[in-house]
Amino acid sequence: MSKIENNNLASSPFIPSATSVGKIMRSVIYALIPGILLYILFFGWGVLINILLAIVAALVFEWFMLVLCRRPVSVFLFDGSAIITAILLALALPTIAPWWIPVVGSFFAIVVAKHLYGGLGYNVFNPAMAAYAVLLISFPLEMTLWSVPLENIKPNLGFLNSVNFSFFRELPSSLEFDAITSATILDQLRTEIGLGHSVEKAYNSSAFGFVAGAGYEWANLGFLAGGLWLIYRKIISWHIPVAMLLGLMSISTVCYFIDADQFSTPWIHLFGGASILGAFFIATDPITASTTVKGRLIYGFGIGLLTFSIRAWGGYPDGVAFAVLLIGLTVPLLDHYTAPKVYGARKGYDKN
Amino acid sequence: MRKLWRFTGGIKLQGFKKLSNTSIIHQIPIPEKLILPLRQHIGEATKPLISIGQRVLKGELLASATSFISAPVHASSSGTIVDIGKYPIPHQSGISETCIVIETDGLDEWGPGIAPNIRPEKLSRENLHTIVKSAGIVGLGGAVFPSAAKLKPTRKINTLIINGVECEPHISCDDALMQNRPDEIIRGVILLQRMLEPTECIIAIEDNKPIAIDSLRTALEKLTNAGVLDTININVISIPTIFPAGSEKQLVKVLTGKEVPQQGLPYEVGVVCLNVGTTAAIYDAVYQGRPLISRVVTVTGGEVNHPKNYEVLLGTPVVNLLKATGGLGSNKHKLIMGGPMMGMHLPNSDVPVVKATNCILVEKAEQEKDTIVMPCIRCGSCTTVCPMKLLPQQLYWHAKSKNLEKLDHFNLSDCIECGCCSVVCPSKIPLVHYFRYAKSEKKSHEFKLKIADQSRIRSLAREGRLDKISREQEERKAKRKAERKKKKTSAPKKDKSIEEKTTSIPGKIEGKNINAKKVAAG
Repeated sequence: MSKIENNNLASSPFIPSATSVGKIMRSVIYALIPGILLYILFFGWGVLINILLAIVAALVFEWFMLVLCRRPVSVFLFDGSAIITAILLALALPTIAPWWIPVVGSFFAIVVAKHLYGGLGYNVFNPAMAAYAVLLISFPLEMTLWSVPLENIKPNLGFLNSVNFSFFRELPSSLEFDAITSATILDQLRTEIGLGHSVEKAYNSSAFGFVAGAGYEWANLGFLAGGLWLIYRKIISWHIPVAMLLGLMSISTVCYFIDADQFSTPWIHLFGGASILGAFFIATDPITASTTVKGRLIYGFGIGLLTFSIRAWGGYPDGVAFAVLLIGLTVPLLDHYTAPKVYGARKGYDKN
Repeated sequence: MRKLWRFTGGIKLQGFKKLSNTSIIHQIPIPEKLILPLRQHIGEATKPLISIGQRVLKGELLASATSFISAPVHASSSGTIVDIGKYPIPHQSGISETCIVIETDGLDEWGPGIAPNIRPEKLSRENLHTIVKSAGIVGLGGAVFPSAAKLKPTRKINTLIINGVECEPHISCDDALMQNRPDEIIRGVILLQRMLEPTECIIAIEDNKPIAIDSLRTALEKLTNAGVLDTININVISIPTIFPAGSEKQLVKVLTGKEVPQQGLPYEVGVVCLNVGTTAAIYDAVYQGRPLISRVVTVTGGEVNHPKNYEVLLGTPVVNLLKATGGLGSNKHKLIMGGPMMGMHLPNSDVPVVKATNCILVEKAEQEKDTIVMPCIRCGSCTTVCPMKLLPQQLYWHAKSKNLEKLDHFNLSDCIECGCCSVVCPSKIPLVHYFRYAKSEKKSHEFKLKIADQSRIRSLAREGRLDKISREQEERKAKRKAERKKKKTSAPKKDKSIEEKTTSIPGKIEGKNINAKKVAAG
C-alpha cells in the first residue's frame, strides 16, 4: 500500500457542524408562516404586499451593500437574514401603509442598522425594530392608520385593489377611506384612558375581539404556534420568550388587579399588540440579544416590563420595538455580569 | 442505584461503535522497524540509555525518566538500534522529535528479568509504585499523564474512578479490552485499591456498551464468589452517553457531583481517575512483570475495509497497521489519530503508534471549499454545549484579536478542546482551532517574557560587573596617584592623611547598594 500524505493539517473536531446560519434563518421563516397566513386571512392582501415589497427592497439594498463592502454576494445575499428582517419589519407595519413605507423601512434596516454597523453579526440594534422606530417617528400619520378586520370591509378589498391602494392610494368607488381604517385595540385603550373613561369602553369597540384585538389575536396565535415550534426544534431557547411574556404578564396582572378601570386585562397585553411576535421572533434575534442564560432571562423580563410601561404610561400605544431597542443597549453589560462561573471555579476566585 | 450528576453542556453524537466493537483483539506481525519517540507522555522527555548498533531485547529499558512527571520507554521487540534521531511523530503540528529506531530481528526475544511475579499479592505499596513507575505506564485514554504521579496523592482518596467511558465516536479499544480481559482489569483495580486505599471504587462505562458492562459485572461476581474480598467496594456503573462524559473532569462531576478545582487535579477533591487500559497495563506490569510495550488500537472509519481492534507494539508505523487491516477504500484519505472530536491529523502514515494512540481513523478527505465560515451570529450554542462552562464566543473574539489579557479573563486555559463548540456552530467557525492557536500564542508570549526577564537580569548583572571594574580601576588610579604624591612629598604626616582619604572613598559601598537596588527592581 502506498504511503498516505496529509498536506493540510486541519485540526479537530473532524465532524462537520450539522447546522448552518442559512438553516436557522430558514426555520425562522417557516415558523412565521402560520401567523402570516392568519394575518392575511383577517386583514387581507395588504399584509402580503408589505412583506413582498419589504423583501424585494431588502434584497436589493443587501446586494448593493455587499457589493459596496466587497463581500461575497453569493454567500450572504440568501443567508436568510435580510429576508427575516424584511418580514419582521413588514409585519410591524400597518397593512394599508403606502408602498414606500416598507421600502424606506428596508433601506434603514439593511443599509443603516445592519451594514453600516458591520453587517451580519455585528449590528448593535435589531435592524427591523430600528427601522420601525425610525418610520414611526418620521411618518406618524402613515404609521398609525391601521386597517379594520377584513370582515368589516364591504365589499371585500381584493388583491388588485390592495395593490392599487398601496401604490396609488386609490380605493374602489364604493369604499370610503374611513371605512377601511380603524384604531387598534391598544390605540382604543389609550384614547379612552386619555379621555378619562374607563377601559371598559374600549372592550365594546369593534377593535375588540374575543380576548384582545379583533383579528390580531388570531394572527398572534399563529405566531405563538410558530414560536413554540422553534423552541421545540431548539432553534431558539425558551429563556427570552418566557421571560419576556412573564415580565409583561406579571406587571399587567398586578396593575389590572389594582385598578381594572385604568389598566386593561393582561390578555390584551398578551394578544393585543406585538407581544407574541416580539417575544418569539424579535427579542430572540441572537445578534442583539444576551448570550448567557441569566442574561437572557433578565433581558426578556426587562423587555416585558418596559413594553408594558410604554403602553401604560409612555407616548406610544405599543412599546415592543422601543423596549427591544432600549433593553438591547444593556446587552454588553448583561453579558459581562451574568457570565457563568467556569467549571471548578475556586471559591472567592474573582479575576475582576 | 447510585446517584449520578449531570455535567453542564455536552452533546449527543452518533457513535459509529458498531463498526469495530467486538470482543476480539487481533494481532499484527512484528514490523521490520519500530520507531519509539523519547517523549510519549505529558512531561519531560526521557534520556536514551543505549547506543546505535546495540542489540536490545524485548522489554529492555531504552530511555529513562528524567523527572517526576516522566515515563521510561522500553523496547517493544528484540532487535538492533539503528538510529537515534528526529522522526515525524503524531503531533498537532506535524513536527519531528527524537526517536529510537529498532530494526527488529523477528525473534521477539524477551529480556532477562522479565518474568511473572510469583506473589503479586504480597508486594508492598512502595514496591507496587516502583513497578508502575519503571514500567513506563501512562494514562492510555489519550492524555498520557504518567500514572505513577497519580498514585502518590497527598491526601485521603475517597473515590477511585476507573474510566471505561470511551465517549469519542468510533473508538472501541477500551470496549474490546473490557470484553476481552475483564478479570485482568479487576485485578488491576484491586492493585490500585491497595495503593490508594479509597473508600469506594467505581468502574464507569457509558450505557452504549452493554456487553462490556455485563462482562465486567460477571467477572466481578466470579471473583467475589471465589473469595476475593477486595472486590466488595468495586462497582460497575453505567452512565448516560453524552460527549465528553469520558473527560476526567466531567466524569468526576457525573460520579461524585464535585468539580475539580481550576488548574487543579482530581485528588484535590479526593478522587483519582485512571483509564481501564491503564489499569490493565498496571496488571501486566505487576503480575507479568511486563513493561508498557504494546496497547490496543482501534482501526476504523469509513475508508477502512475491515475495522477491528489490534494489540499493537508501540513504535509500529501506522502504515503497517493499515496494511494488516486489509487495505483502505479508493478515495483520497484523511488519517486521524484518536477520535473525530479530539483526535489529530497525522502528517503521514509513517508515524509510529505511541502510548497515546487509541485509534487510527481513516476517513474520506473532503473538499476544502465545502465549508464557508460565516460571521458569528451570537446564537450562544457554543456556550450551551461547553462542558467547562466557558464562553467560547467571547474567547473567539479575543483569540482573533490576540488579546491575551482578555483570554485569561475568560479562562482560556480551562478549555479542554473537546470540540463541542465547533460542532454546533451554525457559522462553522473552527473555534477549537482558534483556541489552540491562542494557547500556543500565550505560551510563546510567556516564553518570550521569561527570556526577556532572564536577559534583563543578565544585563543588570553585567552592568554591575562593569561598574565594579570601573570603580576598581578608579580606586587603583587614586591609589597610584596617592603613591606618586607620596614619593614627591616625603613628609610622612601628609601621606597619612591622603591614605585615610583614599580608604574612605565611599564608592565601593555606595556602588554595591545601587546594584542591589537595581537587581531588586528587576
